[in-house]
Amino acid sequence: MAKEINIKQGIDWTTIWIYVALLLVGLMNIYAAVYNVDNAKSIFSLEHNAGRQILFISVSFLLVLIILFVDFKVYDTFAYIFYGIWIVVLIATIFLGSDIKGSKSWIKFGAFSLQPAEFAKTFTVMALAKYLSTMGVNVSKMKFAFQAALFIFVPPIIIILQKETGSALTFAALIIVLYREGLPGVYPALIISSIVLLVLALFFPNWVIVLGLALLGVVFWYLFLKRYERNKQNLQRVIGLFILFSGFVLTVDFIINNVLAQHQQKRIKVLVNPDIDPLGAAWNVTQSKLAIGSGGAFGKGYLKGTQTKFDFVPEQSTDFIFCTVGEEWGFFGSFVLLALYFILLTRLLSLAEKQKSKFARVYGYGVASILFFHVLVNIGMTVGLMPVIGIPLPFVSSGGSSLMSFTILLFVFLKLDAHRSYKV
Amino acid sequence: MLERRKPVILIFFYFIGIIYILRLFYLQILDPKYQSLGALNSIRREINIPLRGQVYDREGKLIVANEEVYNVYVTPKKVVNFDTTSFCKLFNITKSFFDSSLTAATEYSKNRPSLFLRQLTKEEYASVVDAMIQYPGFTFEQSFFRTYPSKTMANALGYIGEIPQKNFEEQEEDYYRKGDYIGLSGLEKYYENELRGIRGVKFTLMNVKGEEKGQYNDGKYDTLAVIGQNLYTTIDLELQQLADTLFRNKVGSVVAIDPATGEILAMGSYPTYDPSLLSGKQFSKNYAALSRNPDRPLNNRAISAFYRPGSTFKLVQAAIGLEMGVITPRTSFVGAPTMFKYHSGTYEAANLYNAIQLSSNPYFYNVFRKIIGNNSEKSPFAQARVGLETWGEIVSKFGFGKKLGIDLPSETKGVLPDVKRYDKVYGKNQWKFSNIYSLSIGEGEYGVNVLKLGNLCATLANRGYWLTPHIVRSTGVSKDNIKGVKVETHRTDISPRHFEEVVKGMGLVVSNGTGRTAQVEGIEVCGKTGTSQNKRGKDHAIFIAFAPKYKPKIAVAVVVENGGFGGVASAPICGLMIEQYLKGKVSRLAYKEQVSNTRWTTVAGSSFSKSLKPKNTPPKPKN
Repeated sequence: MAKEINIKQGIDWTTIWIYVALLLVGLMNIYAAVYNVDNAKSIFSLEHNAGRQILFISVSFLLVLIILFVDFKVYDTFAYIFYGIWIVVLIATIFLGSDIKGSKSWIKFGAFSLQPAEFAKTFTVMALAKYLSTMGVNVSKMKFAFQAALFIFVPPIIIILQKETGSALTFAALIIVLYREGLPGVYPALIISSIVLLVLALFFPNWVIVLGLALLGVVFWYLFLKRYERNKQNLQRVIGLFILFSGFVLTVDFIINNVLAQHQQKRIKVLVNPDIDPLGAAWNVTQSKLAIGSGGAFGKGYLKGTQTKFDFVPEQSTDFIFCTVGEEWGFFGSFVLLALYFILLTRLLSLAEKQKSKFARVYGYGVASILFFHVLVNIGMTVGLMPVIGIPLPFVSSGGSSLMSFTILLFVFLKLDAHRSYKV
Repeated sequence: MLERRKPVILIFFYFIGIIYILRLFYLQILDPKYQSLGALNSIRREINIPLRGQVYDREGKLIVANEEVYNVYVTPKKVVNFDTTSFCKLFNITKSFFDSSLTAATEYSKNRPSLFLRQLTKEEYASVVDAMIQYPGFTFEQSFFRTYPSKTMANALGYIGEIPQKNFEEQEEDYYRKGDYIGLSGLEKYYENELRGIRGVKFTLMNVKGEEKGQYNDGKYDTLAVIGQNLYTTIDLELQQLADTLFRNKVGSVVAIDPATGEILAMGSYPTYDPSLLSGKQFSKNYAALSRNPDRPLNNRAISAFYRPGSTFKLVQAAIGLEMGVITPRTSFVGAPTMFKYHSGTYEAANLYNAIQLSSNPYFYNVFRKIIGNNSEKSPFAQARVGLETWGEIVSKFGFGKKLGIDLPSETKGVLPDVKRYDKVYGKNQWKFSNIYSLSIGEGEYGVNVLKLGNLCATLANRGYWLTPHIVRSTGVSKDNIKGVKVETHRTDISPRHFEEVVKGMGLVVSNGTGRTAQVEGIEVCGKTGTSQNKRGKDHAIFIAFAPKYKPKIAVAVVVENGGFGGVASAPICGLMIEQYLKGKVSRLAYKEQVSNTRWTTVAGSSFSKSLKPKNTPPKPKN
């Protein structure tokens, strides 16, 4: 028989406080971003993003209440159904969606619009959790890994058709979940090294990289392998890897320089190295770094950085919100915000490990992975370490769809966690 | 066991976190670049669009000019409350227009400037610019639109408009921004890179208060605006305008070339339109109306229509026949078997001169038969095959079946019937001369535009070669600073003396043959009529002519659709144009009037053009 849990005792308050703190940071900085000294409006005014954000926060609180009072078993039971329905919604958006700023990913409801792609992440994590917690599924075997990958890759393909590539990329983060559930480490390792090599290949000439790889191989051979391990078989493996990676680098370089058109080449090169064209394609990043950098140690003070800045970035209260934090609160403020996120991530992973139910654990890891990816790309973009991919900063960026979907994502896990002494 | 992966993941997270902290530390605390900038926090980017190059005729008269205008932009975030009534009065707009425009701008973006009011004239700008200090948030950007002092040549000139999405995405250089203007057809498109100049950009550092604090990076990234290059064309404006008058009630096209240089003296396509209709605010409305006109005024028939050359092609057959040696000027085909009837009696086939003079179909049937049979094949199928191939090689040297290389986009190659085509229609080796004989008189599977006919005329005038036809002679910023356009000579490899014989026939055409209406007093004009079969109605009337016979200065080709006989509808136009060009003016004014007024059936009729008068005639620019 189900034991009634007092929700107030079971739920993890630490996470909730961090959630509220992030919301407040977000709201304050959104207000700062839209604040116009000559024409100051109240924070509650619905005319600008800050007022609207208050509205969205209120709606999110409502969603929180709903989630907390709905039976937690609902999520496990209906995971596939939610996922399936949402796939249909995503496809429908391609045809019914309004064209806003070049992508067809919004559905309008009068004065407000919703972006289904944001919510797709939540349902995908749910479906993945259900799949991975199914009896007999063992992701260290290729067959199951492929099927899990299907869950992960179908929504982003549809989202790409909506011309929202940024959102689609976030699904890649779920490989972290697969890794935790047994996916052989060699796959994430390969992917990460390929990405690192790709980036290096764009910065340095080929021979430098090949030389570097060779050096790495030699170092590895002598430092990391014990004497008895330096046999013919391992030598073949090391040389094999060397050839593989070098080949990869050379192929990529060849494709970029010989197959792509000139303007496509430039866009890729600028993505990776904005300094090539700081005033053309990388204009946003140049301005962003300037704003953040000018914050110094303690920032310019709340509402003090507003007068002429950010005329360059239309997404100042959404994708580039971190600029406001960096400019007005300086290194101190940036550090605190980052710390908040990383405390949250640490907490999420710990809670996830404590779960007895595999569904809940996988779900928890899913939440952490998605949040991590957004922080990685969004903040990385504003400081010039990541290409300009438009994805929001969780709970802080303005925007109803993103706030609500992240809230749902997070609180479903909190609800599951509140019942963690239960075996589902 | 797998729990041991949690620390791996966590370490990975923190690794990233530390990198970011270090980066922030670097940007915010270590890097002196940002510290010294201190109170600076933004870079203002100012764009300066240079004036587009203008277009001149061969005498230096202005064909296309620019009119300076100013666009008003509004940045909603910067707008403070003010007296909207006086603002509206200043700009002569209604309050509702003001409200809706401001709302639209605010919806698009609070921070980015949106277009508020288009195309204020210089005078209007001058009258408001001082008052603007009271209205922060509004800025001006200088712009221009095209004006056409002589209102002619719309089809060849082309028009400009906002860059289409496809071109914007595929551009190689990454130069155009969304909404930039670009040449979309004609010369405006072909010479886009020269005409547009280079956009200038200036980066200024601004501080919190909006004050300028110097150039970003000492101006290293600034680009100076470069004015667009002008086009100095080969067009003779008076000749062009005469063509417009003569074609007033007709559908068709005319191309006039200077044979010695390949320079295009006039190029017209009719019906045409006032080019200022597609310049400025009324573009969409006028474009829609023009594209609905079934006579298609937006097409440039000179380079993209398809006609059969008709009897004008007989001249090519004559030249080839003479060169091959299968006929001489004295060859007679009286009494020879033929699929065509005589229309002037047997003497039209007595020799080459008569045949050209009276455009004899039976004669050229036989010339072509001889050309095709000029090989050692035994079977009629193989003979036709080899013959046609050899013939085709020579004909293509006249420029048929390929692009001539004129400096306009959308030039059509045209159709030159070849062995492959007949193989497809009849089956390989299943056709012989009797299937292709209509080619002898320029009927059948040909497709030529009027430029090719003009070029043919120039080739004849030159006695055997042609130069790449071109409209622009040079580009540059001023008359002293110009760059020429490359022109090539193309030879037909047929001996000039053969052409001389053909020209003799052409002279007879005008003096005493089917083209008498092309005569011009005191000038020896050479020409040839053509009546091009048209499946959908009356035949098209063609006439090509050059003058004077020796040291020719002008070669003209005229096609009047549904005009019937070339000698009736088209030859008079050629004659009048030759008179204008060689004598400087037309003295036969009554005749000119008569030719202009003659109407040949068109689909739409001329009532259509009346409804397209532009609403605001643009002011005459200072020359």
